[in-house]
Amino acid sequence: MALISGLVFGVGLAISGMLDPSKISGFLDIFGVWDPSLALVMAGGVAVNAVGHRFVMRQSAPVFAPRFSLPSLTSIDRPLLLGSALFGIGWGISGLCPGPVLANLLLIPEKMVLFAAIVCVGLWVGRAIKQGLEKSQVD
Amino acid sequence: MIINWESFTPIASLGGGILIGIAALILMITSGRVMGVSGILSGLFSADDTKLWRLAFLGGTLIGPLLIVTITGTPIASELVSDGWLLYGAAFLVGIGTALGSGCTSGHGICGLARFSGRSLAAVITFMTMAVFTVYIIRHSGLGG
Repeated sequence: MALISGLVFGVGLAISGMLDPSKISGFLDIFGVWDPSLALVMAGGVAVNAVGHRFVMRQSAPVFAPRFSLPSLTSIDRPLLLGSALFGIGWGISGLCPGPVLANLLLIPEKMVLFAAIVCVGLWVGRAIKQGLEKSQVD
Repeated sequence: MIINWESFTPIASLGGGILIGIAALILMITSGRVMGVSGILSGLFSADDTKLWRLAFLGGTLIGPLLIVTITGTPIASELVSDGWLLYGAAFLVGIGTALGSGCTSGHGICGLARFSGRSLAAVITFMTMAVFTVYIIRHSGLGG
């Protein structure tokens, strides 16, 4: 079923225009000639998910897993803000976030393979830093 | 504010967004997991027994657009906006940033906001602001060439 979810996600990204960095850039360019399309991607996704999520949470457990795995942190801390700021800069420069990078991978591999590989290196480094920070807080 | 009506694709974008929301619901009701691509991807680095659903989801994300292109016979527009070290530096920032910030556009944007998570709202405001600022610098300040 995770495969089905991934398929629907990939199709949704492809239809929505999220696979086109120039369209993302046009959406982020609110001081230029602004293309508001991607605000509707987010509005549609959040609206459907917000309504559906309330129904899903009334179930005692997911269908194929023992429990729901939801994020437990609630504090707005420095790694969250610093990480999101760095991501925003990278997204602004490239017009690419992780989902569309993967969804583009088989369509335009010549443009996407190296980018995807570097994203993975960055994920690995960021994950190591975050785990280091969490460990130092516990010690 | 000037709107680019020529590029505006309200129906496709809203429809695509609704599909993305449905995908998130499918993953939550079946696997009990948040549909956040950076988290699903970086979870592959840990040695636990969650690799199967992670790979299944990511495989679907890879194949979905290919199916659409095959069925409709029309290519999907995808035009890069940067190149060289700037592009690959951006890739590193996307990776390290989403790992440190515990999520990206899908996890914080689609799922977190739908759960009314304060952390996700803070993350979305932060990355949106920085992305808009970055595009402003590149396109309008003269610094980006």
